[in-house]
Amino acid sequence: MIDGARPSISKFGLGFLAHDVWNPVLNQFGAASFLFGTALTSLVALALAAPLSMGIALFLTELAPKWIQAPVTALVETLAAIPSVVIGLWGILVLGPVLRNDIEPGLHSALGWIPLFGQPQTGSNMFTAVIVLTIMILPIVSSISRELFLGVPNELKEGALGLGVTRWEMVRGVMFPYARGGVAAAMILGLGRAVGEAIAVTQVIGGFVGIQWNLFNAGDTLASRIAAEYQGAVSNLQVASLIYLALILLVFSLIVNIVAQVIVRRVARKQGLTR
Amino acid sequence: MTVESQPSVSLETAIKVETRRQPMPPRERLEQIFDIQDLDAIYGSKAAVKGVTMEVYKNLVTAIIGPSGCGKSTFIRCLNRMNDLIPGFRMNGSIRFQGEDITASSVDPVAVRRTIGMVFQRPNPFPKSIYDNVAWGLRVLGMKDNLDERVERALTQAALWDEVKDRLKASGLSLSGGQQQRLCIARAIAVEPDVVLMDEPASALDPIATQAIEQLMHDLKSEYSFVIVTHNMQQAARVADMTAFFSISTGGEGQRWGELVEYDATEKIFTNPSDQRTEDYVTGRFG
Repeated sequence: MIDGARPSISKFGLGFLAHDVWNPVLNQFGAASFLFGTALTSLVALALAAPLSMGIALFLTELAPKWIQAPVTALVETLAAIPSVVIGLWGILVLGPVLRNDIEPGLHSALGWIPLFGQPQTGSNMFTAVIVLTIMILPIVSSISRELFLGVPNELKEGALGLGVTRWEMVRGVMFPYARGGVAAAMILGLGRAVGEAIAVTQVIGGFVGIQWNLFNAGDTLASRIAAEYQGAVSNLQVASLIYLALILLVFSLIVNIVAQVIVRRVARKQGLTR
Repeated sequence: MTVESQPSVSLETAIKVETRRQPMPPRERLEQIFDIQDLDAIYGSKAAVKGVTMEVYKNLVTAIIGPSGCGKSTFIRCLNRMNDLIPGFRMNGSIRFQGEDITASSVDPVAVRRTIGMVFQRPNPFPKSIYDNVAWGLRVLGMKDNLDERVERALTQAALWDEVKDRLKASGLSLSGGQQQRLCIARAIAVEPDVVLMDEPASALDPIATQAIEQLMHDLKSEYSFVIVTHNMQQAARVADMTAFFSISTGGEGQRWGELVEYDATEKIFTNPSDQRTEDYVTGRFG
C-alpha cells in the first residue's frame, strides 16, 4: 500500500494530513477534511449508540420478562445482519427526508448555539450518516454489553441488593464497574466499525470537502471517499492519494484497536481481576 | 456443596461445647424480632418450605440446621425478601418483623433489606478496593458523614481491621477467602442493619477463618440479631442460642418439602430434643 501511495506521499508528504483541499482537477489532494469528517461522524455516532446500547443491554438482562428477552435479542442481532448498502438506501429514501424535514429544524432551533446543530442544509448530510452509523454499531455494542452484563455473577448482584440498595444503584455501583473494561472495548469496537464503514456513509453523507462543524451540512469520511472515487479516478496522483487515505484509515483503525486493548488491560488490572 | 453425610456430634461433645456459651436469658425476657406464622415458600408450583411458625429473638444468634434440601436457605432468604429476585417465587403466611408483615406486596423489599442484611455462602466482595467494599453501601444509602470512621468501625467489628488497615486501597479480591467473608460481614454491618442473616457463611472457609467468624458473631450479638443457616452442627452448638431443626417431608406423587421440626434453646436441641427426628439428626444417625 505504501508502494501504491508513493506518488502521493512524495508529492504531499505528511502535510497531506493537514491539507483540507481535494481537487482532482487541479491535482491538489489532502486528507484533513476526511479525517475530520470521520472523527466527527464516528464519535457522534458512538455518543448516540453508547447510552442506547447500554439501555438495550440492561433492559434485556435486568428488566425485561423472559418472553420479551428472546424476540428483542433476536431483533437487535438481525439489525447487524442487514447489508450496509441496504441501510444506506433506506437512509437516502426514508431517514434523510424525515431528518431533514422534521428533526433537524427542531434541533437547530433548540440547540442552535452548539456549532454541531447549524442551519439545516441538504438532505444528504453528516447527521444522516451519524444516524446510519448509530444504527449499524448499535447491535454489536449492545449484544456484547448484554453478554457482559449476563456475565456479572449473581452473587455480586445479591451482595449489593442485600445491603438494601435499589436495582438501579446496584447496576451503577456493581454491574457497570464489573463490566466496565469489556463495555469500553465494545464501544471502541463499535467506533472501529463506524470509522471503517464506507458504503452506507457514501450513500448518505453528501460528499462535501472541507472542515465544518455543522452536522446538518454534507461532509465526507476517509472510507466513504475511497469507496466513492476509486473507480472513477482520473489521474495516477488521485489513485495514489486515495491509497494514501486508505493507509491513514488503516493506521487510524490500528490505533483505535490498540487503545481499546490498553483500556481493557488497565481496567482489568485496576480491579485486580484475573477471571 | 454440602455433603450429605454430616460429621456426627456425640452428645458429650455437644455438651462440652455448650459450656463455652453464656447462659441464655429466660424466654419471657427476650424481645421478639421476627414472628413467622405458617409460612410457605413456593417456587412456581413447588413448595420448598411449608408451614413454618416460629419466633426469632432480638440480640440472639438463631441457627437453622437440617439436611440438604430441607429448605433452610430458602427460608432464611424469605426473611429479607431475597427470593423476590427469583422468577415465580411466592410466599404464603406472614413474617412480622418488628410488628410489620414484610411479606405484604405493599412492602418495599429494598427497605426490608436495608434493615435486614445478609451474608452469603460464598464470599462475594465487590471488585472494588477493600475500603470501597465497605464504603459503597454507606455512600449509596446516604450515610456519608464520618465515612472513614464508619469504615474503620465496621472492619474492626468484623475483626479484619488489623489485617487490612495498611492496604485499604488494595482490591477486596486480593484477600484470602476467610478475609473476604469478614469483609462481606463488615460491608453488611457497616450500614447498621437490625438483623444479619447468614446463609452458611463458613461453608467455604477453613477452620481458623470459621472460628474468627463465629467469634465475631458472639461479640456482635449485643448490637445485632443473627440468623445463621449452617450444615455444621458443631457450629450451631458453638454459636447459637436458639436452634431450629428443619427436615424433609414427603407426600404423595413424590412431593418433597422442608418443614420446621423443632425449635428450642440450642442446649435442649442438642442434649434433649423432643422429636425423634431431631435426635436422629443431631446424633448423626440420619442426614
